[in-house]
Amino acid sequence: MASVTLDNLQKTYPNGFKAIHGVDVDIQDGEFLVLVGPSGCGKSTLLRMIAGLETVTEGDLQIGGKRVNDLEPSQRDIAMVFQNYALYPHMTVYNNMAYGLKIMGLSKSEIEERVKNAAGILELTEEQLSRKPRQLSGGQRQRVAMGRAIVRKPSVFLFDEPLSNLDAKLRVQMRIEIKRLQESLGITSVYVTHDQVEAMTLGHRLMVLNEGRVEQLGTPIELYEQPASLFVAGFIGSPAMNMLKVEVSDDGKSVHIAKGIDLALENGGLQSHAGQNAILGVRPEHLDLAPGMDGALPLTVTLVEHLGADTLIHGHFGDDQTDLTVRVSGIETVKAGDILPVSITKDHTHLFDPSTEKRIAL
Amino acid sequence: MIENRPILSFLSHLIMIVGVVLVAFPLWITFVAASHDEQRMTELPLPLLPGGHFFENLDIALNQGLWGGDGTGVGFMLFNSLIMALMISIGKIAISLLSAFAIVYFRFPFRMGFFWMIFVTLMLPVEVRILPTFEVVANLGMLNNYWGLSIPLIASATATFMFRQVFLTIPDELLEAARIDGAGPLRFFKDILLPMSQTNIAALFVIMFIFGWNQYLWPLLVTTDQDMFTIVMQIGKLLEGGEEAPQWHITMMTTLLAVIPPVIVVIFMQRLFVQGLTETEK
Repeated sequence: MASVTLDNLQKTYPNGFKAIHGVDVDIQDGEFLVLVGPSGCGKSTLLRMIAGLETVTEGDLQIGGKRVNDLEPSQRDIAMVFQNYALYPHMTVYNNMAYGLKIMGLSKSEIEERVKNAAGILELTEEQLSRKPRQLSGGQRQRVAMGRAIVRKPSVFLFDEPLSNLDAKLRVQMRIEIKRLQESLGITSVYVTHDQVEAMTLGHRLMVLNEGRVEQLGTPIELYEQPASLFVAGFIGSPAMNMLKVEVSDDGKSVHIAKGIDLALENGGLQSHAGQNAILGVRPEHLDLAPGMDGALPLTVTLVEHLGADTLIHGHFGDDQTDLTVRVSGIETVKAGDILPVSITKDHTHLFDPSTEKRIAL
Repeated sequence: MIENRPILSFLSHLIMIVGVVLVAFPLWITFVAASHDEQRMTELPLPLLPGGHFFENLDIALNQGLWGGDGTGVGFMLFNSLIMALMISIGKIAISLLSAFAIVYFRFPFRMGFFWMIFVTLMLPVEVRILPTFEVVANLGMLNNYWGLSIPLIASATATFMFRQVFLTIPDELLEAARIDGAGPLRFFKDILLPMSQTNIAALFVIMFIFGWNQYLWPLLVTTDQDMFTIVMQIGKLLEGGEEAPQWHITMMTTLLAVIPPVIVVIFMQRLFVQGLTETEK
């Protein structure tokens, strides 16, 4: 068990490309931290720096209070699960798990006990242990890869998009298993994903990365309820948050959304941005269909998606045809071309500064 | 693809049978000639069916050699050829594996320079550099021994290049997983790379064994002592009978003996050989 501390961690490639611009985070003992972001944001690079597969250009990396910048991966007391499993194809499942332990120089009986134990946790049968990885299904291979990590009894687990090669159903199942496993073993974990559902469900805390910079670090609920920037707001939540260009009234007490539609602000309003433009963010699930046209946005429906439990209504409104998506629960019988009244309430709305793209606190 | 087109399958079988006959007919003639006595082989038309002197000829070829010739059998030459072919094929594989490992997995100065230097030697086979190579071997005192027969033929750009390609197909994650498991470079080489290139090694062994076995010019140059002769060069010598009429029955028997070891290697390693050349899944 150990904490992981990243202090102004930076990575510059020899060609001058700066992949990581100074990351600071203190990962508590037993915490599950998820690194999330679009492809190319540097999340995998950061994970590989923790693993020791990439060098650290600047800053300090500590695992369990010990600086490990210059240690080999095998000396950092970590275990890693790779996206494509990276199982040794010519070894049996048993030997795949035992290989690292053999190198550690553990006794045969100790190795056997650890492997059997891990196989038990992951529900791998005796018969599967004697097979080669290619004879296993994707989900089973993923389990073996996790088994290889567990047997090392590391202080830190590192996961590099471990579920992205699985089909949707298996992904949900393995996600739950990883969560359960991490909770029962209580091992500090860092998990990289580009899937925000995985990120929201697995992590105690999430770190959203964008172009090598930390956009926001917080619990899943914090990120959902208080996104710090337009980027985070658009990234977390599916379907993505609606972004509307609005004008703040001259007295700062309300915002003007479209002709005849204004939204009053609380707490004395937005004096700092009075008379200026702003961006109003509202999630599709926080929009409702209004009983009448009065004071509501007239949404011209362009596309309806029935998800079963919910209905997604895509459309646009106003002179500049601003796109808007509404999520209503249950089955809503609307069709393209309909005009629906949509009401915006001031709860669950977010305001962002268009120039800095940061959240404006009310 | 399962199709049932009679004309197509007739055609493909025809082409196959023609191919088999083209390859097998000379071998058959060799076998037939090796089973007749000397008298029959000088008469026309040449026989197409085997005669009754096969084992007699075998005994002569292995133990006595041509009468009127030098009077030595070729049994020990088979052994010389075997040693030379094994040294060449195993040596080539060992050296190529190590150099490909260095080129693919280590970052050292002028890495690509070295790679191209190895690659360029493709243009310099033994036949081209035969005089300087002979000079070097002679000065090192390696004439008339197994080292002289095999070492100059061991360096191989083809094999190095092939192993490089094999190693490049092995995913980086395996190396990373091995690093996390604590395996150093040599351990990774031994435990992961070698077993994963097994079929390629087998394929290369087959090719290189036959290459080594078939060497003619080089053994002819570096061996003057009859004890070091190889069987392939001996076949040539058998026809230099001087005043005598060529003894086709013994010559053909010797040829037959020379063909057998490569055939055995191919038959026993055929499965691995095909896998090694066609397998892509890693």
